[in-house]
Amino acid sequence: MSAAPLSEIGGGAGWLPEASSFAPRVDRVFDGLLAASAGMALFLTVLTLVILVRYRRGSAGSRKAVRIATWKIETAWIVATTAVFLFFFVQGTSVYLEMRRIPAGIEAINVVGRQWMWDVRYPGGRREFNRLHVRLNTPVRLLLSSEDVIHSFFVPAFRLKQDLVPGKVVEAWFDPTRAGTYMLYCAQYCGTAHAEMTGTVVVLAPDQFAAWEGGRDGGAESGSPGLAGAARGSAIFQKYGCAQCHGDAAGSRAPRLAGVYRGPVRLADGRFVLADDQFLHDAILRAPKCAVAGYAMTMPTYDGVIPEGDVLDLISYIKALPPAPASQVP
Amino acid sequence: MPPLNPPAPPSRGYLSDGTTVASWLCTRDHKRIALLYLFTITFFFLIGASAAALMRWELTRPNGDLMTSDTYNRLFTLHGVVMVWFFLIPSIPAVLGNFVLPLAIGARDVAFPRLNLASWYIFVCGGLIALYAIVVGGVDTGWTFYTPYSSTYSNSNVMVMATGIFVAGFSSIATGLNFIVTVHKLRAPGLTWFRLPLFVWAIYATSIILVLATPVLAITLALMALERGFGVGIFDPKLGGDPLLFQHLFWFYSHPAVYIMILPGMGVVSELVSCFSRKKIFGYKVMAFSILSIAGLGFLVWGHHMFVSSQSVYAGVVFSLLSFLVSVPSAIKVFNWIATLHRGSITFGTPLLYALGFLALFTIGGLTGIFLATLAVDVHLHDTYFVIAHFHYIMVGGGVMAYMGGIHYWWPKISGRMFPEGWARFSAVTIFVGFNLTFFPQFLLGYLGMPRRYHIYPAEFQTLNVISSAGAAVLAVGYLVPLCYLTWSFFHGKDAGPNPWNATGLEWQTPSPPPSHNFEQTPVVTRPPYDYPPL
Repeated sequence: MSAAPLSEIGGGAGWLPEASSFAPRVDRVFDGLLAASAGMALFLTVLTLVILVRYRRGSAGSRKAVRIATWKIETAWIVATTAVFLFFFVQGTSVYLEMRRIPAGIEAINVVGRQWMWDVRYPGGRREFNRLHVRLNTPVRLLLSSEDVIHSFFVPAFRLKQDLVPGKVVEAWFDPTRAGTYMLYCAQYCGTAHAEMTGTVVVLAPDQFAAWEGGRDGGAESGSPGLAGAARGSAIFQKYGCAQCHGDAAGSRAPRLAGVYRGPVRLADGRFVLADDQFLHDAILRAPKCAVAGYAMTMPTYDGVIPEGDVLDLISYIKALPPAPASQVP
Repeated sequence: MPPLNPPAPPSRGYLSDGTTVASWLCTRDHKRIALLYLFTITFFFLIGASAAALMRWELTRPNGDLMTSDTYNRLFTLHGVVMVWFFLIPSIPAVLGNFVLPLAIGARDVAFPRLNLASWYIFVCGGLIALYAIVVGGVDTGWTFYTPYSSTYSNSNVMVMATGIFVAGFSSIATGLNFIVTVHKLRAPGLTWFRLPLFVWAIYATSIILVLATPVLAITLALMALERGFGVGIFDPKLGGDPLLFQHLFWFYSHPAVYIMILPGMGVVSELVSCFSRKKIFGYKVMAFSILSIAGLGFLVWGHHMFVSSQSVYAGVVFSLLSFLVSVPSAIKVFNWIATLHRGSITFGTPLLYALGFLALFTIGGLTGIFLATLAVDVHLHDTYFVIAHFHYIMVGGGVMAYMGGIHYWWPKISGRMFPEGWARFSAVTIFVGFNLTFFPQFLLGYLGMPRRYHIYPAEFQTLNVISSAGAAVLAVGYLVPLCYLTWSFFHGKDAGPNPWNATGLEWQTPSPPPSHNFEQTPVVTRPPYDYPPL
């Protein structure tokens, strides 16, 4: 698909709207940098022009040596430059740290990048391509992963960019503060149709969002409606024979999966890790690297066998399992 | 009655010592080798510039309908690879460094003249392999060769191109080594370290980077080739590798490579500003140490290319801080150049026009670099046209302006002839105007969100893209005019004499063009650099 014109998209005259909670904060840092840089550039330009005219050959300007010691001048502008730079470093870093503090307890939307499309899977099971619907003023957590090469999830209106790295599950979030439709670009070069790997993010007011959620009017782009990720995951769980070892009837050959999500896991090498999305993802695809203490490692690697989207559905299934009694948590 | 023996034409120094093709291809004279590089990299510049012209032509339209996506992707890869490795990196070091460095330290040649000639042959071999990769179908990975795209997914001639770059790297290493030894061992009597011109300091620091960083690039490309050719899992997660490892290794070379491209320019500009204001450089020692500290700190900032790559938040913070720190010495240098002009006696020769252009463009490039070092802001600007504009202001606005300024400044020494001043000033101004017209709109495009490596874009971005393409046409004129008048002046310019700019520096104390052995008598240095008479 080719990119939609920006004029059809929020923000009016093509200027960049501030459509997320941290967009204005990023812009204030940007504006500060812009003011300081423009001021500095203007000052240096005027200063240089004055010097060029005043001290052109044959002019009357005084050529007497300046009486301040050179080292004092050098020290002054080294200190001043460093101080200004540190000021902007602190500003930019503090906003960034907040941008990376991902709010807990939000159900995540899975976004899979693939040459050359965006595959969006909602917790409710709905699936869309190249379009992401979100509710106004409600923080959105994304779990980004890639099936092939590196892509990058870039929504300029949100000032949000995050690479999708194959083999990893990367978290990102935003809080949309302005209804509208915004451009989504792939910002990391990913091959032939990189420039066409675009989409839109639709921010809907709560009532419209509820209507969208309830309706099936997502058009041809929302596939397999109604079948929840966890339900799909259950089917995949059977398909790949996971239940033979991890199922309820399987005895103690492999770790129980109920309640494992977000809990501590002791590994065979003695480390304790948190069973987050990244861990489950790795444990499914490359089990030998994630061997859990107390079990013989008999699970094969599924890397290249189970597609990325199915892995995410399996993770949804694991998350949805009813928690086990406390005594069974490994 | 005419004289029986017409007077012999004036000797053209090293240029008249042998005029056969073999006398050039087998020469061990650093000055002739410099000219060999000059022809070679001018050829590559024209190839890289042609690719850029085709890209700018495509970008005048938002629909991407003038060429296929695969063609466009091959063009920007070609442009990046050729301009970085076959033009910018060798530009000032291999041409002006080779020609001027031995003269500037009062030496008869570089330390290893045969190795110097071998470097050129290695460079040409690498260049021919890269050209072969282009001719048989090109490469579509971008000059950054990010894995796993380059190692697994790309269906283009990645292996051949990587081989070309790998081979050319050895030329960089040998040249760097040669210059380091030359500066250590062959300085004229009395030429102490703090009597060295800043151009020599800059080439010396650059050589250290060349020797230390280039092997890492060779390793990185070799690992990528191992994965692509033999399926050894290093970078592709499907083979058990880590794609970010490639980025760490690649930028560990490629960020210092930015300083390979800009430090020599800083050296050239120091010579030009001092000479055309008839004043010693302000804060000479601070200038020398800032060159060294940029070269050192430049090795510690590679992670600022990876703020959104999913590297750890803390790594991002540290790399951001170090990136701010590496800009301090650059800022200090700008202040010192302006302070050098202050209370000077300024004449506006072409070399100074280029130096002033450098000052303006490098300042803009440096200030926008601060935006990109700022974490929160970089998240938005990364991989957009803002980055494209920023690094072109540094590498072209800085590096190429300095290169052009240096070529004009030392042209009388290289050729023994003067260039036509009027045409030269015209082209310097044209390049400055064309450059800003081309690249300033790209800052706006990037801020508005236009990603790099996109030839299909929202229609709202068209106006700015058309302005940018028009600027590229102006810029092309600015680059072609010097090619014509410099060629003309090489044969027909008026004699320059040994020191047309009345400059200090040992290279001006020998005839133009210099004899093959550079100096009739080894000069003895008794005075500090830039020792212009008091005004």
